[in-house]
Amino acid sequence: MSETLDRRREDDAPPSTSKDRTAAVEEATASFLDKPAQGDADTLVARTVTINRPRAELYAYWRDFANLPSFMDNVERVDILDSRRSHWVVKAPGGKAVEWDAVITQEEEGAVIAWTSEEGADVPNSGRIDFRDAQGDRGTIVTATILYDPPAGVVGKIVAKLFQREPAIQARRDLRRFKQLMETGEIATGARNRRLVEEGKN
Amino acid sequence: MRALTWHGKHDVRVETVDDPEILNPRDAIIRITSTAICGSDLHLYDGYIPTMQAGDILGHEFMGEVVETGPKSTLKKGQRVVVPFTISCGSCYHCGKHQYSACDNGLPADNQDIAQTLYGQPMSGLFGYSHMTGGYSGGQAEYVRVPFSDVGPIVVPDGIDDEKVLFLSDILPTGWMAAENADIEPGDTVAVWGCGPVGLFAVQSAFLMGAERVIAIDHFPRRLELAKRFGAETINFEESAVYEALLEMTGGIGPDACIDSVGLEAHGFFVDNVIDQLKASTFLGTDRPHAIRQAILACRKGGRVSMPAVYGGFVDKFPLGAFMEKGLTLKTGQTHVQHYMPGLLNAIIEDKIDTTFLISHRLPLEEAAEGYRMFHDDQNEVTKVVLKPDWAKTAA
Repeated sequence: MSETLDRRREDDAPPSTSKDRTAAVEEATASFLDKPAQGDADTLVARTVTINRPRAELYAYWRDFANLPSFMDNVERVDILDSRRSHWVVKAPGGKAVEWDAVITQEEEGAVIAWTSEEGADVPNSGRIDFRDAQGDRGTIVTATILYDPPAGVVGKIVAKLFQREPAIQARRDLRRFKQLMETGEIATGARNRRLVEEGKN
Repeated sequence: MRALTWHGKHDVRVETVDDPEILNPRDAIIRITSTAICGSDLHLYDGYIPTMQAGDILGHEFMGEVVETGPKSTLKKGQRVVVPFTISCGSCYHCGKHQYSACDNGLPADNQDIAQTLYGQPMSGLFGYSHMTGGYSGGQAEYVRVPFSDVGPIVVPDGIDDEKVLFLSDILPTGWMAAENADIEPGDTVAVWGCGPVGLFAVQSAFLMGAERVIAIDHFPRRLELAKRFGAETINFEESAVYEALLEMTGGIGPDACIDSVGLEAHGFFVDNVIDQLKASTFLGTDRPHAIRQAILACRKGGRVSMPAVYGGFVDKFPLGAFMEKGLTLKTGQTHVQHYMPGLLNAIIEDKIDTTFLISHRLPLEEAAEGYRMFHDDQNEVTKVVLKPDWAKTAA
């Protein structure tokens, strides 16, 4: 989709790396990213990782949303509602959870999965996962782009702790875990035994 | 099991901790038969390395017997293996290029953040070397969990003593790679700063790669003696001015290649060294890089600088001007251990490389804390301490 990007800057860097955050959201939503059904989604996060595996294999694993909690730490579960719709339960600070229904807005075998949250989402969000062949036989370049509306208010403040800054970190860590799982068949842990894993020690 | 644990600066203890378990399909559990204290363990002992936690098990030079394997391990119970100190997956792009210490997947995802911030990209995991390198429990213990056991450990034939092959885990490949990074040409003079284990192996390796002369620099007489045993000329920096001596000994040209195997542990009363130490102890964040400065100034024009020494952060007064003007080449990096192990194991079997000369002390694991103190306090007499977890059994 990058060929359809609206380039107002003489700059090939992706909009997510722009120092002007408002312009970045405008550029992304004007060209390749849906806006969530409700709310004022103004926070854009994108992370890219190169994975030494074929595009089709990575796409297939990701497209089965029930697989996602295996490498997404904050995602408690994803219930598949039908071929396009799914229900997400995501851990929030203080043992709470935030939930939403997501609908697939674009799907291209081996290349793109895009979604947006439906009405009533705790955290309105949209995004897309792009799979592209890497240059020089290095496998596949996977880019996760997420646009969301950070929660406001008292509850929001708590949730914001997770959702204001964390999505960037979480996206990066989740993509690393996805890469580990796909390249090595397992997710690395520095723990010595199950007790330390349960205590979250690394 | 019993294990050597870190509790703070100059505070390590042998304690009873819970055993390791198989957690991932490619894991194996090794019963340790021999494990050494590395010079870089002294960086932890001295409190120079951040992200250590009380109770962390140290040790990244170890070998032993396979006692348990995960379903995807290719090892068999009862095999004797030497384990590389770098934890590398074998399946990422970098491992495919044999740049094992640059492995993308050796570090747990969460632990990659610090390395990414400090270095730009995360590196491989390391055993027993802080949480920045993965928080993996080390091998100064009775047992250890070894991830990616299908690509890391090398199986050692029966009938070869532990002490002949133990150093395949780190210091022998590190010394070898240091010499390889110096791109030695026939007729070259190679200067080696630091006659610790890595420096001494670099001396041996440089000769094997065709160096005509090797000049070894240190201030511990016993270590300089060891370097001489392998044919090196020596400079004691407490008695002679290193830069002047190197120029005089090389006809005013300077060494063709310079190897800094000192790094963080640069001793000696140099003014910039004292400033560095002061800054380091007040967390103003600087390594203590005297050797690398001297190497850059002494190296001949168009020469090569190889830096196996461990540096963790930032360096002040790096002579970038001299480096540029003289057109030097610098090669460095954590060792790609897995790449070098098979060839070096053969060299040991064929008696081309001797490693046992290094060992000055052997102790039971129970006396590991004393081993650290000895190694720290007397680096002249103590060149290498090897710990034996099953001391009672082997002594009997």
